[in-house]
Amino acid sequence: MINALTIKKDFPIFSRKIDGRPIIYLDNAATTQKPRQVVEAIVNYYYNFNSNIHRGIYRLSEEATDLYEKSRENVEGFIGAGKDGTVVFVRNATEALNLVAAEYSRNLEPGDEVILSTMEHHSNLVPWQFLQEKGVVLKFVDLTPDWELNMDQLETLLTPRTKVVSITHVSNVLGTINPVKEIGKMAHENSAIFVLDGAQSVPHMPVDVSTIGCDFMAFSGHKMLGPSGIGGLYGRKDYLDHMHPYMGGGEMIKQVWKEHATWNDVPQKFEAGTPNIEGAIGLSAAVDYLRNLGMENVRSHERELIGYALELEEDLKIPGLRSYGPRNLDVRGGVYTFNIGDIPTFDLEMEMMSRGIRITGNGIHPHDVAQSLDRDNIAVRSGHHCAMPLMNELGVAATSRASFYIYNAREDVEKLFDGIRMTERAYAK
Amino acid sequence: MTDDDLQIQLILDHYKEPRNYGKIQNETTSITEANPVCGDTLHFSLLIESGRLVDIRFVGQGCSISQASASMLTEYVKGRPVSDIKTIKPEVVLGLIGIELGPAREKCALLSYNALMKALAPYN
Ligand SMILES: Cc1ncc(COP(=O)(O)O)c(C=O)c1O
Repeated sequence: MINALTIKKDFPIFSRKIDGRPIIYLDNAATTQKPRQVVEAIVNYYYNFNSNIHRGIYRLSEEATDLYEKSRENVEGFIGAGKDGTVVFVRNATEALNLVAAEYSRNLEPGDEVILSTMEHHSNLVPWQFLQEKGVVLKFVDLTPDWELNMDQLETLLTPRTKVVSITHVSNVLGTINPVKEIGKMAHENSAIFVLDGAQSVPHMPVDVSTIGCDFMAFSGHKMLGPSGIGGLYGRKDYLDHMHPYMGGGEMIKQVWKEHATWNDVPQKFEAGTPNIEGAIGLSAAVDYLRNLGMENVRSHERELIGYALELEEDLKIPGLRSYGPRNLDVRGGVYTFNIGDIPTFDLEMEMMSRGIRITGNGIHPHDVAQSLDRDNIAVRSGHHCAMPLMNELGVAATSRASFYIYNAREDVEKLFDGIRMTERAYAK
Repeated sequence: MTDDDLQIQLILDHYKEPRNYGKIQNETTSITEANPVCGDTLHFSLLIESGRLVDIRFVGQGCSISQASASMLTEYVKGRPVSDIKTIKPEVVLGLIGIELGPAREKCALLSYNALMKALAPYN
């Protein structure tokens, strides 16, 4: 069981008051707050161990190298990477996905296909779009009316030309938890690799890459209590061994001559230059913190919060309020994306012709919603959430999003809905 | 009520009951400007006669700040010489809105201003 109020005490930021009142932080899908344990691990590194790693033949450097590599092992253990896999430290999930898209794709040929989904974050879309230049074809799995992936459609999209299936574990907008084991199995039966965007799952639920059977997985430290600027690319060693390095420079080489060089072993081959040492150490401390809570507990806590949010939504019947995402809590993460009224994309013709000369819709723009909630110190995000194709699919220009984590309590969900109700009253036309 | 509260009431009033809303039949020129990030959109229709902005109307969609600023701006510029309007600084529009805006929302407030200046560029 998770006690949010006890957990909150580990997070110094929550003792801060704005306008004399506490912060209700509901933007955890964007980034999470950091517990004292993580900050202290970073400070401890700088106070006692700071030095460059791998190259020093002195104790300080050996200790720092050891801390860095132990952090890797800790993170690998946390996501269930067996001996056939490893974690490459990168800046964030975005860099991890770019690395795979750029380097694994060297094997791809014109006409080869990559399958993505309509619910992808731009970071699992744009890097693959780059491949269209070399004739790679992108295909998309759409959503069912219940906001889940259309698995029947996935079946039909897979062809002998499909080389990569790259899909998010949890949607950062809908909260949908996708059936990744099944997707992996389908990809592999079709001789395609399965790339998983774990940015919204690794922080929130047990994730075991060996059980899931993905070949690569991307995740970000800052979304799981860790510092920003550090993330991971899990990858199967045999694939990584055969892939070309992403960046060249120090650390990633074995030997260098004027005209050529040989590569270091995996994972160092993909870590050119001095890495984010304190970031890795901070991420490792975050992993310790989460492991100590138990990821099953984290998941059930968030499940309870999102369940409560859906319950309040149904009970309060706030005029115009609608939300986007599965109602089945088994496949729903702690993300509540909503609008008050219609927020259609603008269409001048429509505006002039069908509705006469008046403002369209009863909608309250997500910017107004976020600003209004901010007056009660409730932090939510508004906009397209780096998922513009999904916004188009929803037929909206933007939405507001509240996303929960371990330090949020039922009371925070109540305050959110109080705030939404007040906003509706103030802005409704 | 604080001054801010009063100003917010004024913004909401312009948002809910926009002034100069609509389209001019015999317009001289028109312009549509959008902020693709949030979908805020404004369409201005202008009637210019002998160097004077005789009439201006708008239709739009978006947040209260973007729509209220368009409404306020039309009131502010209607009837004035074009050469005069072209000397207006963005700060004036922020002043019409009159509450503290973060950098993201300043873009919402200035969508109307940028659209108007673009539309007037060929005229003097
Ligand atoms: C599903 C998903 N994938 C990828 C990312 C990218 O994460 P980052 O910005 O840390 O690289 C995000 C972050 O918002 C996300 O929600």
